[in-house]
Amino acid sequence: MALNLKKLSHKPEMLAPGHRACSGCTAPFMIRLALKMVEDDEKLVTSIATGCMEVVTTIYPFSAWKCSNIHCAFENSAATLSGAEAAYRVLAKRGKVKEKFKFLAMGGDGGTYDIGFQSLSGAMERGHEMLYICYDNEGYMNTGIQRSSATPKGAETNTSFAGTAKPGKEQHRKDLTACLVAHDIPYVAQASVHNIRDLGDKIYKGLHCGGPAFINVLAPCHRGWRIGVDQGVEYARLAVEANFWPLFEVEKGLYKINYKPKTQLPITDWLKGQGRFKHLFNDKNKHIIDELQAEADKKWKQLLRREAESLEDAKAAAPAQA
Amino acid sequence: MAEVKKVKGWRDVAIGGLVEPGTSEQYNTGSWRTYRPVWHADRCIHCLQCWAFCPDSSIVVKDEKFSGFDYYHCKGCGLCAKMCPVKGEKAITMILETEAAKAEKK
Amino acid sequence: MSTTAVSKGAGSKFTPHEIMGLSGNEAAAEALKQVNPDVAAVFPITPQTELMHKFAEYVANGAVDTELINVESEHSAMSATVGASAAGARAVTATSANGLALMWEIVAIASSLRLPIVMPVVNRAISGPLNIHCDHSDTMGCRDLGWIQLYSEDSQEAYDNMIQAFRIAEDKSVMLPVMVTFDGFIISHTMERVEIIADDGVVRKFVGEYKPENYLLNAQHPVTYGPLDLPDWLFEHKRQEVQGFLNAPEVIKKVGREYGQITGRSYDLLENYRMDDAELAVVALGSTAGTAKAAIDELRDEGVKAGLVKIRCFRPFPGKELCATLGRCKAVSVMDRSFSFGLEGGPVFNEIRGAAYGAGLKVPMVSHIYGIGGRDINVTQIRGIFEGLKKLASGGRIETVENYVGLRE
Ligand SMILES: Cc1ncc(C[n+]2csc(CCOP(=O)(O)OP(=O)(O)O)c2C)c(N)n1
Ligand code: SF4
Ligand code: SF4
Repeated sequence: MALNLKKLSHKPEMLAPGHRACSGCTAPFMIRLALKMVEDDEKLVTSIATGCMEVVTTIYPFSAWKCSNIHCAFENSAATLSGAEAAYRVLAKRGKVKEKFKFLAMGGDGGTYDIGFQSLSGAMERGHEMLYICYDNEGYMNTGIQRSSATPKGAETNTSFAGTAKPGKEQHRKDLTACLVAHDIPYVAQASVHNIRDLGDKIYKGLHCGGPAFINVLAPCHRGWRIGVDQGVEYARLAVEANFWPLFEVEKGLYKINYKPKTQLPITDWLKGQGRFKHLFNDKNKHIIDELQAEADKKWKQLLRREAESLEDAKAAAPAQA
Repeated sequence: MAEVKKVKGWRDVAIGGLVEPGTSEQYNTGSWRTYRPVWHADRCIHCLQCWAFCPDSSIVVKDEKFSGFDYYHCKGCGLCAKMCPVKGEKAITMILETEAAKAEKK
Repeated sequence: MSTTAVSKGAGSKFTPHEIMGLSGNEAAAEALKQVNPDVAAVFPITPQTELMHKFAEYVANGAVDTELINVESEHSAMSATVGASAAGARAVTATSANGLALMWEIVAIASSLRLPIVMPVVNRAISGPLNIHCDHSDTMGCRDLGWIQLYSEDSQEAYDNMIQAFRIAEDKSVMLPVMVTFDGFIISHTMERVEIIADDGVVRKFVGEYKPENYLLNAQHPVTYGPLDLPDWLFEHKRQEVQGFLNAPEVIKKVGREYGQITGRSYDLLENYRMDDAELAVVALGSTAGTAKAAIDELRDEGVKAGLVKIRCFRPFPGKELCATLGRCKAVSVMDRSFSFGLEGGPVFNEIRGAAYGAGLKVPMVSHIYGIGGRDINVTQIRGIFEGLKKLASGGRIETVENYVGLRE
């Protein structure tokens, strides 16, 4: 399905305005898009982990959700929705629910990479028919910008300051998408808010793959990244152009890179202008930029190899031509 | 959509803190704005990029065409202007609210 | 499980029963089988494990068509149960001690969302050090998390309480989750004679069809569960939760009476055993009530006016009812199977003493803490407690409020 905005504009808006996300936050329009990726005869039940998107959409007595939504806690968006999905199966079997439902769980990187990792892993392993979307803004933003395991090396946060003794976060980010690929679920993808065609297609696929699916979406937080209010989308694009955040999908174990930059931008094009990386641009910390570049290059090469292997595998699996 | 009143006592609210869908629409986030998006009909190609990227569902689309802003909710982030692909001067530009207010008074 | 299929004779005004030899875990699983809930989330922990085994077996053999979720932790067990219940399903899970501790956060969320979940909790000491045996530190520790708590004396009560729990939880004036507790190993693993309602249909009719009002899978009326509830609203929502507890006693009693009309076994908030003219009384919950009854029978034979108040329903706390009976006594001991660290006397003791103060009772009252980590309690020891009460009743001073039974000095 190729995303067509004109057609899409006929779909009802399922995330009402009046939510309290910061002006220019990139996650809400990603959610708006996600909620439209169902067929007309399909309803959605969503769950969301504690974090910015939950807090801003459900300040009592207001809710931005026009479909059903449940927030239970920080670390259990996947487990909670797995219960709702199980309920659907049994209530449909017993004739008590007649409509078709799809299930969409969401969480920030803190609620997904870190505290909710176990709950996500469990739900994926059990095979619930649901899509989990991580909106990855590379930090615990709601509690005031702390490092998570998704925060890039060198980034300054309120728990990884750049001081005289420390240069910001000391570890590289966790490759959560790879962890999810290792679950051998039908569909895993990495996407970015700047490329909504690719994003929309992936969400549609994830919701309709007939099993558990996971999409990791880069969704910049201008507050945490210390960029302009209207620059979130642009910085997501730069991350992709620098191969820091490749767009790819893994369908039934086979890798496909969805976008290959014509000329890969140097990592500095993404880093510069972000306040959280400002301290990297002095001689003392320059080695961190080199490490980030090396990591991005290594990961990109790995991905190219995996895609090539997948092509081989697909060829080998295809029936011989008569 | 149920009208939400803030003054209800404990007997009158739904148990368990349940909330009616879509009620945030009653909340005015338009007052947050320092910049206001303005549309230039002559330059608009109705590609709907602005609509897709608006975090606050504040671009109104009718019959597949841009038809206005929802200023009750628009926070003035400028993403719509930024994402407008029109070359040269864009079909959406941002002006200061204070300027807009002055212009309105005239 | 051994079965002697004996139906009560025709003409009995009660529904036919089967008499079985069942452990507490099997009895609770049997009740769940008869109810056939929509969703069950399961995770093993001693001594609850066999309950889950048995139920999983029923699922595998098609005795129920419940959707079984084999979660990866108790935290997810309660989370999935919350998700299922909010979605509109009748949902259950079961646990013990550390499992309950791990799900703590969501235990409180379940009640605040007013989800009528039913959860058997097989009592076991909370770690640490690690111990797998019975005390009440697990369920007492979460007495303020907004769940109704029904304690069971034996396998029969575990079975009976499980069935009644659904009716109580789902009553529209209550809408609170219910914990049915029974003592680890002592009840959970001891085979006893249990009367089972012979016809599953009778159980299902008693429990009724679950008809949720607001639920995620309502295609016509979507809903948001679990908002951010700031200082301008949380107080009101908590007060509503209080109302559920205020309404619960009447519902618990009504359901107990109706259950009695079917089975011949009625239930109340408390059970008064030989209390009519009792001068000395102990208060206990769980299996110890049975041991206390044996001690009291002996004492009565010897002419001592001894009695027992067994608390079946600990939340909501039946303070008034307790005071009404205990007020007639000359000395009372409250037996606690857990500590309340930093407070003199166990949790049950302190709640009763608080209620007694409100009711203007002047009865001397002491706390006896026993059975920690599965330490045995026997008839002789309970007789020992009554010896102490005798002294108090004849004008003796309370020397120590918090006393230990079975502790090596
Ligand atoms: C068990 C628990 N621990 C900590 C918190 C506090 N807390 C709430 S939101 C949050 C951070 C959320 O970060 P993330 O998941 O990345 O989402 P974001 O806010 O960035 O959108 C934290 C630490 C909590 N609510 N629950
Ligand atoms: S802090 Fe960041 S992630 Fe949170 S609402 Fe604001 S911009 Fe969005
Ligand atoms: S300025 Fe921001 S909130 Fe307002 S219409 Fe444009 S994108 Fe939407």
